[in-house]
Amino acid sequence: MTDVVIENVRLIDPASGLDQPGALLVRDGRIADLGSGLGRPDGAAVIDGDGAVLCPGLVDMRAEVGEPGGEYRETIASAAVAAAAGGITSLAALPDTRPAIDDPALVRHLRARGEETGSLSILPYAAATKGCKGEELAELGLLREAGAVAFTDGARAIGSARMMRLILSYAKGFGARVVQHPEEPSLAEGGAATSGELATRLGLPAIHPAAEAIMVARDIRLLRMTGGMLHFAHVSTGEALDLIRAAKASGLDVTCDTAPPYFDLNETAIGNFRTYAKLSPPLRIEADRLAVAAALADGTIDAVASDHQPRDADDKRLPFAQAAPGGAGLATLLAVTLAQVHGGGLALSRAIGLLTCGPARLLGVGAGTLAKGAPADLCLFDPDAAWQVEAGALPGRAQNTPFDGRALEGRVIGTWKAGRKVFG
Amino acid sequence: MLDLAESYALLNRSGKTQRDLLRGRTLINLFFEDSTRTRTSFELAGKRLGADVINMSVSTSSVNKGETLLDTAATLNAMNCDLLVVRHGDSGAPALLARKVDAAVINAGDGTHEHPTQALLDALTIRRRRGRLEGLTVAICGDVLHSRVARSNIFLLSAMGSRVRVIGPPTLMPAEVERLGVEVFHDMRAGLKDCDIVMMLRLQKERMTRGLIPSFREFFRFYGLDAEKLAFARPDALVMHPGPMNRGVEIASDVADDPIRSLIKEQVEMGVAVRMAVLDILARRNSRND
Repeated sequence: MTDVVIENVRLIDPASGLDQPGALLVRDGRIADLGSGLGRPDGAAVIDGDGAVLCPGLVDMRAEVGEPGGEYRETIASAAVAAAAGGITSLAALPDTRPAIDDPALVRHLRARGEETGSLSILPYAAATKGCKGEELAELGLLREAGAVAFTDGARAIGSARMMRLILSYAKGFGARVVQHPEEPSLAEGGAATSGELATRLGLPAIHPAAEAIMVARDIRLLRMTGGMLHFAHVSTGEALDLIRAAKASGLDVTCDTAPPYFDLNETAIGNFRTYAKLSPPLRIEADRLAVAAALADGTIDAVASDHQPRDADDKRLPFAQAAPGGAGLATLLAVTLAQVHGGGLALSRAIGLLTCGPARLLGVGAGTLAKGAPADLCLFDPDAAWQVEAGALPGRAQNTPFDGRALEGRVIGTWKAGRKVFG
Repeated sequence: MLDLAESYALLNRSGKTQRDLLRGRTLINLFFEDSTRTRTSFELAGKRLGADVINMSVSTSSVNKGETLLDTAATLNAMNCDLLVVRHGDSGAPALLARKVDAAVINAGDGTHEHPTQALLDALTIRRRRGRLEGLTVAICGDVLHSRVARSNIFLLSAMGSRVRVIGPPTLMPAEVERLGVEVFHDMRAGLKDCDIVMMLRLQKERMTRGLIPSFREFFRFYGLDAEKLAFARPDALVMHPGPMNRGVEIASDVADDPIRSLIKEQVEMGVAVRMAVLDILARRNSRND
């Protein structure tokens, strides 16, 4: 393989604190050198970055990929196309598929399916309970051994306090993190929008925001009992973030992520029954959006995940309460996160950290950093290039973006997976 | 619209019709939920204006076979109908249909969202009796949480200058309902004080099975309208109900059938007049032939 020099770039690697102009040398699919004053080895291909940012390939810690069982919505191959366009080179896939990822062979299968794409590492979550049904403990040890990065029942909350206690306790023995969809199921059942004036006006069945805080409070208390590692996915309310902030301060190993809709949109996006903005958890009020944005900056939130949930037209062209929740998020992950940077609330290196070394640390993988000798998973982007999101014109199969029409600044110019250019 | 409806009310009483207005136009009553009253009212309104009226009840047929709402819309659109009256169990369903068909779509009640023609007929009924809407105090009582009639009446009557109160148990009150500009009461006697109009809502049977109230007898005791509670309203207060009534659950028969104070039969009569006005306006605006 020819050496490649990507020069005239701003190197940003939050894991090592690097933020400086320079160049990066790729040799044999790995990062051979980086920094300023780098030479050009004989015969090396040279790419002029024209001042753009070169950072680690993004690590998306939460996405549905449609396999197995939902291939009409998305396949790993189509998700890989969207991911490459979004600068994502590693992606943690949720296990509440059909069948659920509760068998070691399925974990190995998903990893292999990722390798087949040549552009995207699939980091499989495994089911915390058999079939993600919340009733019996899955074979956490065997699943971990097969390569599961963490345990979760995906979009299903682990509702039983007894079951959650068992999972946290048992997973601790294997050093694995447990990821919860924080929503008390009996309070959320049948709900389609966050509780309040808008849901009342539209006559939609509502979910009170306290359904999130109640689950977060319960699980933090359980963690105090069991020890271990607990992670809350797509946190959307200020109240839940306050609980997590306090738990972190008390020394518990509690972490959380959020997704771009929760800091970029509020409930008004559902407007006149716009089902593309129907998400789970539902979009919240403006005060919660601001609280999520603040928690990105203050360190309470450890990662930003795409929360990609591919849905097809038949899932969405339904009356609001019947429509499936979820939004496509791979291609917009970086740019919507950068909107927080352009808005002045978030430092660029912090934003990139939330998309690279932050999630990589939680998942216990080595990706997400520009280390010499590491695989050259790279993302080159122009933080100021403007574009407009258009449902129907997104890369990949899933087009159900809640950001349809949103003007954004920040565009991926090139993506490399193990030194091979996979986008741009 | 109320003025036009008023003229249709007079026309209907005179026994005359105006069959040339919608001659050659097709009106389809597309009902995904059973509703004899509203469907008949639209059917009569259409026929009195000369439209060809077709009734389709899809609650038990196509939709259960996997045909989606939009498949149904495409089918109807291919039939070139002019006016589509839609009743659906989900909030927002008529709005979804309206984006996919060429016909004028009329919301005949969607989920727990709105029932606009009901609010119009209620406003017309009140205005005919009281001569005005402005300055009146109207109490809407019962299951406000699940009521599209309540929402539409709150929006319309507030816009027309009435003071609207909602009365019911906290478990049947939607979140932040006070932000719709209404006063909230959980005590019927306090809420009815000085009211000009007492509007009762139908309590759906499944509300009890979902545990939102413990029993019908308890609901009637505290939130059912009987002569004793009505006495807290103004002496000349009038009683309304969108129907069909659960006698002995939300309203006592002697109140419902009171010939002087109950407007319930007149509401039905005004329903036809209001729907004639709605069809008239929409057919003129959305004419295929023009």
